Amino acid sequence: MRELLTYLVNGLAVGCGFALIASGLVAVHRVTGVVNFAQGMFAVVAGLSASWLLGTGLPHGLSEVAAVLIATVTGLLTGLLAIGRRGTTPQSSLIITLGIGVLAYAIEIFVWGDQPRSFPGLPGSVTLGGVGVQRQHLLVIAATAVTFLLLTAFFGRTYLGKALSACASNPYAARVIGIDVTKMGLLAFALGGLLGGVAGVLVTPLRPISFDTDVTLIVNGFAAAVFGALTRPGLALVGALLLGVAESMAAGYGYAAYQTELALGLMLVIMVVQSTRRGPVLEETA
Amino acid sequence: MNESDTPPEPSRTGGTIEVTDLVVTYGSATALDHVRLSVRSGEMVALLGPNGAGKSTLADTLSGILTPRSGTVEVGGRLAHIPEGRQLFPDLTVEDNLSLGGWRSRERDPAFVFDLLPRLAELRKRRAGVLSGGEQQMVAFGRAMMSRPDVLVVDELSLGLAPMVTRDLAAHLVALNREQGLTVLLIEQNARLAFGVCERAYVLEAGRVVAEGPCAELAESPRVASAYLGGSIEETQI
Repeated sequence: MRELLTYLVNGLAVGCGFALIASGLVAVHRVTGVVNFAQGMFAVVAGLSASWLLGTGLPHGLSEVAAVLIATVTGLLTGLLAIGRRGTTPQSSLIITLGIGVLAYAIEIFVWGDQPRSFPGLPGSVTLGGVGVQRQHLLVIAATAVTFLLLTAFFGRTYLGKALSACASNPYAARVIGIDVTKMGLLAFALGGLLGGVAGVLVTPLRPISFDTDVTLIVNGFAAAVFGALTRPGLALVGALLLGVAESMAAGYGYAAYQTELALGLMLVIMVVQSTRRGPVLEETA
Repeated sequence: MNESDTPPEPSRTGGTIEVTDLVVTYGSATALDHVRLSVRSGEMVALLGPNGAGKSTLADTLSGILTPRSGTVEVGGRLAHIPEGRQLFPDLTVEDNLSLGGWRSRERDPAFVFDLLPRLAELRKRRAGVLSGGEQQMVAFGRAMMSRPDVLVVDELSLGLAPMVTRDLAAHLVALNREQGLTVLLIEQNARLAFGVCERAYVLEAGRVVAEGPCAELAESPRVASAYLGGSIEETQI
């Protein structure tokens, strides 16, 4: 039972990392209609930056904040390349984000090398229900909860958040009322960079990160985001937590080599069941 | 418009539209071909034409969504545009749709729109996507008014609406024009409605202005009457 609880908490923490990646994907897709396959790269850039900044002697806290800012600027630059040119279709933008993700490998290797990097997170552990839980795991879970609450409040309650949602809902109408849809898209990419950055600095102390870690992150984050239909952050969070827990359980019970495949297989089954349930409802409302 | 009514003087000066030799293209296709159009302050002018004539292209160019290939578009004052098919934000509430309409004017409180269209106050918390066509058109109308416009471009007010709903909305439009001096360009396929509420009209076909003048004169033109009025005119009473 203790093992199960330990794997569960570990899985929730890992799932929270995927959830932050997924929330970035959802934020960009909601506003621009673009699936940003460079989203995992933002986490990698933040993780590597934080590790490097700590190595230069910058204190904890400041290093992580600076790394998140670097990821935010990276998000903005990615947005400029992906949607900055008027008339670029979401499909073309998707290909551009894939290209940026590949190009980023070369830059990351040039700047930080090809070896995995990490840095110490919150030290120590606390006992919950008789189970020792790393403080860093709790930090990841708490930070993700706060981030999702803030995101929900931002999109649901603020004027800017509603304007961003309006761009996704009807870009033509948004332009009619004077909203600059491209600027809003760039803002969404910057937000995606910020969320990816938060994921990077939180997850790197748990799992060393290297230039190609973005593949694991984007595959899991994308699966979670699709679970939320690329538009619903709450469902994406549920999907990400399911993935994280499934991976942790698989690794804990001796299937570490197949943890990603098992988790994604489970997610696929859930999505197939979901779609067969949704089918008749869609037909009724069509 | 009932001819026996004498419209009161506008209470303020509305905006203006001056379009000169406007050419708009989509790739190699020419949507607007050297169009000239003028709407003076406080006027209510109709733009008629069949599907594909370029009416909505002109509206999109006036509101800055499309860029002309050549020619000039001058708008005096703030322009608001009610696009064809309402084009609301279906997942947002009526209140949110309205407040976003104030993006340019920084007007956030839709209270004055609720005074103008009290039905919207009752619907304020409903999602725009679940409303009837008439209610959605009312929201589109209110959203445009949130920008405190000097010029209002209305693209197909009557599209898909019951005649009674269309008359109600047209009556609001006429009241704003007469009482507040709002300049209106009414883009319509329903010539009876347009001739009933506007003073002058332009007829656009295949991207060119083929006729213009006072509505009463245009209605007498055999070409306009046969194409848009089924051979005769009966004024819509607003």
